Amino acid sequence: MNKFTQFRRRKIAGPILVVAALFTIGTAFGIASALPGAQPAPSSSTSPLVSQGKAIFLRGCSSCHGLNAEGGAIAPSLIGVGAAAVDFQVGTGRMPMADMSQQAMRKKPVYNADETAALAAYVASLAPGPASVTSENLNWQRDGNIAQGGQLFRTNCAMCHNFAGQGGALTNGKYAPSLMGVEPKYVYEALITGPQSMPKFSDTTITPQEKLSLIAWLQSANHEQNLGGASLGRVGPVTEGLLVWTLGLGLLIGVAVWLAMKAR
Amino acid sequence: MKRSEKAIGSVANYVDERTGAAKWLKKNLTKVFPDHWSFMLGEICLYSFIILLLSGTFLTFWFDPSQRDVVYNGAYSPLSGVSMSSAYASTLHISFDVRGGLLMRQIHHWAALIFMAAIVAHLFRVFFTGAFRKPREFNWIIGIGLLTFGIVEGFLGYSLPDDLLSGTGIRIAEAIIQALPVVGSYLAFFAFGGPFPGTAFIPRIFIVHVLILPGLFLALITIHLMLVWYQKHTQFPGPGRTEKNVVGYPLMPVYMAKAGGFFFIVFSVTAFLGAVASINPIWLYGPYTPGQISAGSQPDWYMGWLDGLVRMAPPLETHAFGHTISWNILLPGLILPGILFTGMALYPFIESWVTGDKREHHLLDRPRNAPNRTALGAMSIAFMIISLVNGGNDIIATHFHLTINGIMWFTRIGLFIVPPIVFIITKRICLSLQRADRDLVLHGKETGRLVMLPSGEMVEVHEQLTDAQKWTLTQHQQPDALPAPLPESATRGLKGKLRKRMNQAHAIQIPAPTLSELKELDHH
Repeated sequence: MNKFTQFRRRKIAGPILVVAALFTIGTAFGIASALPGAQPAPSSSTSPLVSQGKAIFLRGCSSCHGLNAEGGAIAPSLIGVGAAAVDFQVGTGRMPMADMSQQAMRKKPVYNADETAALAAYVASLAPGPASVTSENLNWQRDGNIAQGGQLFRTNCAMCHNFAGQGGALTNGKYAPSLMGVEPKYVYEALITGPQSMPKFSDTTITPQEKLSLIAWLQSANHEQNLGGASLGRVGPVTEGLLVWTLGLGLLIGVAVWLAMKAR
Repeated sequence: MKRSEKAIGSVANYVDERTGAAKWLKKNLTKVFPDHWSFMLGEICLYSFIILLLSGTFLTFWFDPSQRDVVYNGAYSPLSGVSMSSAYASTLHISFDVRGGLLMRQIHHWAALIFMAAIVAHLFRVFFTGAFRKPREFNWIIGIGLLTFGIVEGFLGYSLPDDLLSGTGIRIAEAIIQALPVVGSYLAFFAFGGPFPGTAFIPRIFIVHVLILPGLFLALITIHLMLVWYQKHTQFPGPGRTEKNVVGYPLMPVYMAKAGGFFFIVFSVTAFLGAVASINPIWLYGPYTPGQISAGSQPDWYMGWLDGLVRMAPPLETHAFGHTISWNILLPGLILPGILFTGMALYPFIESWVTGDKREHHLLDRPRNAPNRTALGAMSIAFMIISLVNGGNDIIATHFHLTINGIMWFTRIGLFIVPPIVFIITKRICLSLQRADRDLVLHGKETGRLVMLPSGEMVEVHEQLTDAQKWTLTQHQQPDALPAPLPESATRGLKGKLRKRMNQAHAIQIPAPTLSELKELDHH
């Protein structure tokens, strides 16, 4: 029996082999993941758009997000959030924030489309992330299915945004905003970047086609007629109860008083 | 006599000879009822119940109470191809494919909300005027029964279409059943015929909603009205009105015309709401799936206070002997409503025990003349409103830009602090109004006319009330504190002491002008 066969027949041989195999695989994975990724950041740190974006960033954003977008005590790091997040946050006017309240609200954008694009290019140059989309690229009229979108919406979105996308309350003054009148591209970007309290819906959770269905359903809900008369805000029974106690019972009691006066 | 009159007469005579109806009608058609706008609140309940029966019957022609899976293929395109229960699909069918279906659905639901609101308003009237006192305690209990069954009936109706909102409501109802210690899980399995949601629940509640409870309503409403008929209607005090008579108008023709007209007015207001305002738009909610829920899910308003109580309950749980007792559901969902409704049903007996008043009452109290009762009622309303506010805390938070946690803490603390404050304030207002009445009787109305006397003194002319007005303001008997009418033994012990304290609180009144004070006034 040679030495290798002797070792092979010992009880300890099995565990040693497993540990060795694990070590080899682990090391190989470590080296592989340390190598540059398959989608490297566009190495355009010299492009004029990026430097323009950096200049805007240093002027308008760095006081909270840090000089290198690394984040700070009051604002998150922007490395790796991608152009989509910038386009959504700046394009809808949420960033820069008006005040440090519970959550950034939609308002008139501070930067125009070109400045937003420059900012997005700068942030995208820091690390790879989801790219911004344009409304023209989203063919929701063709590829979206309204009924499927409704089911997806009720499963994934209605718990915060309400059954009709009217928005809803979250904890401590935060809220899920109304989705009425939100442009398709911002809906798409919110889905892929998960702004503020919203979770991220990756393409494996909700496929790009399903996202278009969601947009199609939201557009349909937005333009839906109020089929039963005044909508009362589409917020459920609270406003219905309010109307019954004010207008409904108010009218009836008014008539009762009038009838009782008539009898005298 | 014309030929036609002769013919009618002979038919009437034929019927009368065989039924004796003429004598009965003659007696009952001239029955006198007192007149006041607040006496018509109960009528609103009755009429909206009739509207509910009519519109509900219409809906049953198309509604399919089944949880069988179907794929929707109807007129509402945003849901086409979606898998749903037959109950939901048939409700969509009623809304979009049946002529007048949506209007009928909306009339039915608005009538239900008006029915419940009118019951509550009627309850307030009966409570604040003391109309529940002897001999009407049983009718009060029947009324509380109607209110309770009305809440259940409304909730079941709201649950039938099997939409996302109503399914959420049923889920909460299941949780409340499960919160019952030991038997809860078994009861829930029994009610749902297995695990939630199953396929048995909607067919079951359908029969309860359209047969059992409406039958119970018809029976209870009949007894309720027969008792009003037999015991006669209470009336507000005034000259010529006593505990032994009823001053008002006869049923025929005055109340026949008035009540008939009022029915059509109630119907028209309900139809107006059904025509112009959307209610329960189930097509927007979507079909129920246990995995889905919407933000701002609410029950109808008459359940809202219950939802508010459940929302504000702190997360308390006890684990004992392998069972979990969820106080967070059990306390606000079952124990507290149980105490409130039992207390409400027993209130006539509690008040008579406190006051020692065992007499019959047919003359109503003006609310200010029973400050303790009025304050208690106002306190209960404050309690309900605070619970109701928390029931809509998410809608209030989004629409008034408030924090939902802030609203919850406000109502959690407010539930204990606000009602007592309301009690104190209401009682003081009542006593102030009594003082104002006393002033009015003794000094008359301020006319605003100033007169200069020859001496140069300026005085305001006060106009004396008429004798009738004075009588109305002073006729009521003010309660004496115990133990004056009762033996000392009745106030001994813990129970006795409690009774004595409550009795003394009840007896706090501003003394009404006495006869001698009034006589003295006449000499001036």
